[in-house]
Amino acid sequence: MHTALLLDMVAGSFPDRAALGPSAASVSYGELAERARAGAVTVEALGEGSLVFIGLNGPTLPVAVFAAGLLGRPFAPLNYRLVDEELRRLLARTAPSVAVVDDDMLARVAGVEGVTLLARSDFEAACLDPANRAGELAEVEPDIAVLLFTSGTTGEPKAAVLRHRHLAAYVISTVEFMGADEDEAALVSVPPYHIAGVSAVLTGVYGGRRVVHLPAFTPEAWVEAAVAEQITHAMVVPTMLGRVLDLLQARGETLPHLRALSYGGGRMPQPVIERALAMLPHVAFVNAYGLTETSSTIAVLGPDDHRRAIASDDPAVRRRLGSVGRPLHSLELEIRGPSGEPMPAGAAGEVWVRGEQISGEYLGRKLIRDDGWFPTNDSGWLDEEGYLFVEGRLDDVIVRGGENISPGEIEDVLRAHPSVRDVAVIGLPDEQWGERVAAVVVADPPVEAETLADWVRQRLRSTKTPQAFFFRPALPYNETGKLLRRALRAELAAPVPA
Amino acid sequence: MQLTPGSRWKSAVCDTEAVVVRPPSSPVALECGGQPMVAIKDERPAGLALDPDFSAGSLLGKRYLDAETGLEALCSKGGAGTLAAAGRPLTIKEAKKLPSSD
Repeated sequence: MHTALLLDMVAGSFPDRAALGPSAASVSYGELAERARAGAVTVEALGEGSLVFIGLNGPTLPVAVFAAGLLGRPFAPLNYRLVDEELRRLLARTAPSVAVVDDDMLARVAGVEGVTLLARSDFEAACLDPANRAGELAEVEPDIAVLLFTSGTTGEPKAAVLRHRHLAAYVISTVEFMGADEDEAALVSVPPYHIAGVSAVLTGVYGGRRVVHLPAFTPEAWVEAAVAEQITHAMVVPTMLGRVLDLLQARGETLPHLRALSYGGGRMPQPVIERALAMLPHVAFVNAYGLTETSSTIAVLGPDDHRRAIASDDPAVRRRLGSVGRPLHSLELEIRGPSGEPMPAGAAGEVWVRGEQISGEYLGRKLIRDDGWFPTNDSGWLDEEGYLFVEGRLDDVIVRGGENISPGEIEDVLRAHPSVRDVAVIGLPDEQWGERVAAVVVADPPVEAETLADWVRQRLRSTKTPQAFFFRPALPYNETGKLLRRALRAELAAPVPA
Repeated sequence: MQLTPGSRWKSAVCDTEAVVVRPPSSPVALECGGQPMVAIKDERPAGLALDPDFSAGSLLGKRYLDAETGLEALCSKGGAGTLAAAGRPLTIKEAKKLPSSD
């Protein structure tokens, strides 16, 4: 099923309803469909290949997503925050292509072979041109909808392939057609090159919820937009939530219109979500777990799960606040051991998933098996009631003397220490044990390594107690909040000059 | 009638349009208003009328299911006819409403 049909259904039945942008100057579903059509006609005349998008969030993003769909071409949003050399290297990989680029970014990507550049302002003007709106488009067989370059925390970015059928399956199985009330508005602050930025376009349109894009995230811009636009729904990554809460507290702002806040894209520190629940009691919190390769969300911890967990004295229920909830009904999820054997409740292994929204494919490489199961490379376990606990990337699991040690558990314990502002636990090469546990800590006020070691030893086994502590002013994150463990490992594993 | 996922169909006797979401486990005819649906690009056959026994209507945006074959179709345009498979009216598959996650 073609994602363009989703917009057709909405635009055909609710052409005048507000779809995008601030309420004072919104774009309707009918207008979005017209612009997408004109955009497709424009891009088709310029050249062949993928429709690349390099720019900030805004109403032009959905226009470009649907324009690419109408042409049956992949939509490939690139990370404009990369340094010029990396950005140009990724852009070269999309050739042949037509790239819609923010005017002030054009100079950074000029002259890449096989890529036709189109300034965003020219694209936007062309989408309003009656001649383009009247242009003819050929019927196309939908195939690849989106090419998303993964963040590359584990090496050279891979181009994840999402087909129309994956995205459409995700949308229609998780969102009720035009199920939103007319006063609902979603604030999208994840960038266009993040899977949540793309899926928010599709689920927003199909659900009939007006989408307000934040051009780029800052806590100030987020809070100001949430207040001004009476935002009812939003999605943030964990690092954004902490910063938003700080600002709300400083300003005494309570966001009375906000009804639901979902978070995902990385591990949420438990103190942050506990604080959020206390500060915003009227908000329904949702933890959404998913990967680019799974067309976004595959498990959710819903508002009731949050409330039950925070109110419970039962440790098994309480700890679910640190889980990602239960798998969607529309797919299957299993934990498997190293030889593919299913693991019982409580035992950790690799998270495998199967369903119509699962792509599990990169350009030139398929990880999804013939039977439809996809190994996520995430390590996790299910509790007795099917709540999924994700421990992190399988590659990040520390193997010390044959014992698998998950960094997340140790990080949670360290983070609960009053001096610890942030922490990363990683494995470093060790001659005796294969790997040893090391912690990189941001501490304020300063704290002795031995004090932290005792803190962990009292709460976990001694084998899980870090043997080395490194203190840093900050930890390296990419701009969507993913901790760059690889960078830390590379830095700390390097031989120290004598 | 090749009811492949993503294939689009229109009613021969009303405005209804549907897209196949899940194919049937065995061949079956997808009908609307008592008549077989036709491929979206084909001409509607002349002279057919809406069967009053299949005139309960179809609703835009609803997912319809034939429990016997597993055929599932999304109504992409509503109309006066009832969606059916081999004479069995399809039932609306209630979406398990999920909290917004993105």
